[in-house]
Amino acid sequence: MADCNETLRELQTYLDGELPDDMKYVVDEHLLDCSDCMQAFDFHAELKLVIATKCRTEAIPAGLLGKIEACFGIDPEEFAAGGGYADPDLSY
Amino acid sequence: MQFAPQLYSAALRLTRNQADAEDLVQETFLKAYRGFGNFEEGSNLRAWLYRILTNNYINAYRSKQRRPDESTLADVEDLYLYRRLDHLEQALASRSAEDQLLDLFTDDEVKSALEELPDNFRLPVLLADVEGFSYKEIADMLGLPIGTVMSRLHRGRKAMHKRLYEFAMERGLVDRGSSTPAETPS
Repeated sequence: MADCNETLRELQTYLDGELPDDMKYVVDEHLLDCSDCMQAFDFHAELKLVIATKCRTEAIPAGLLGKIEACFGIDPEEFAAGGGYADPDLSY
Repeated sequence: MQFAPQLYSAALRLTRNQADAEDLVQETFLKAYRGFGNFEEGSNLRAWLYRILTNNYINAYRSKQRRPDESTLADVEDLYLYRRLDHLEQALASRSAEDQLLDLFTDDEVKSALEELPDNFRLPVLLADVEGFSYKEIADMLGLPIGTVMSRLHRGRKAMHKRLYEFAMERGLVDRGSSTPAETPS
């Protein structure tokens, strides 16, 4: 069974969902029995969520979409929706 | 144009001003449009757009900014913010920890803490924590080994958490006298 230091060392990789299954299992086992580590993991999971939420909330300036559309010869909705996929010869 | 608002937010975190962010997004879509023939069908369109955005930023904007390219970042101890805010969280125990953290820092503080990171660290943190890309996707976008992405991500996050703590101190949310880290679990 992993100790607290070993578990906390994997905290970021674990929360990023990048820990290999066997190591994730070891961490999960430790967290079941260790409320101190569980609390630290919880805190960082929540912090990560808060950071993502607060950094994502920019309103796109009025007119930017129009400027982007003006660059294209096609309907940008179609481009973003994947309409372009069907046309492998899309010219440069 | 489903990705334009996300790309604009990311561009703003990188360029730190609206005019450059708008230009960066516009250039990204233009390059994407022109290079669409290179886009491999079945691969991730969003990741591909972010790759264009980050490369464009690195090539065109980074040189304009005052920060040196290869900035170093002071080492911050692990669990820096957690060990200092733990007592505060417990004091506010009636609500969920997430609500507390959400209210503890303003949007501007969180954005500043990210924007103040040197580019080397800001890009991985932005791409992982705000945009949700995997280590592999970030490594591909930035042309870095995965190990380098991970170490920059870890160090960048710690520096960002330390900055958040400083903001909390500046606003008097944390009593300086009680900021001694909690005992380290063994």
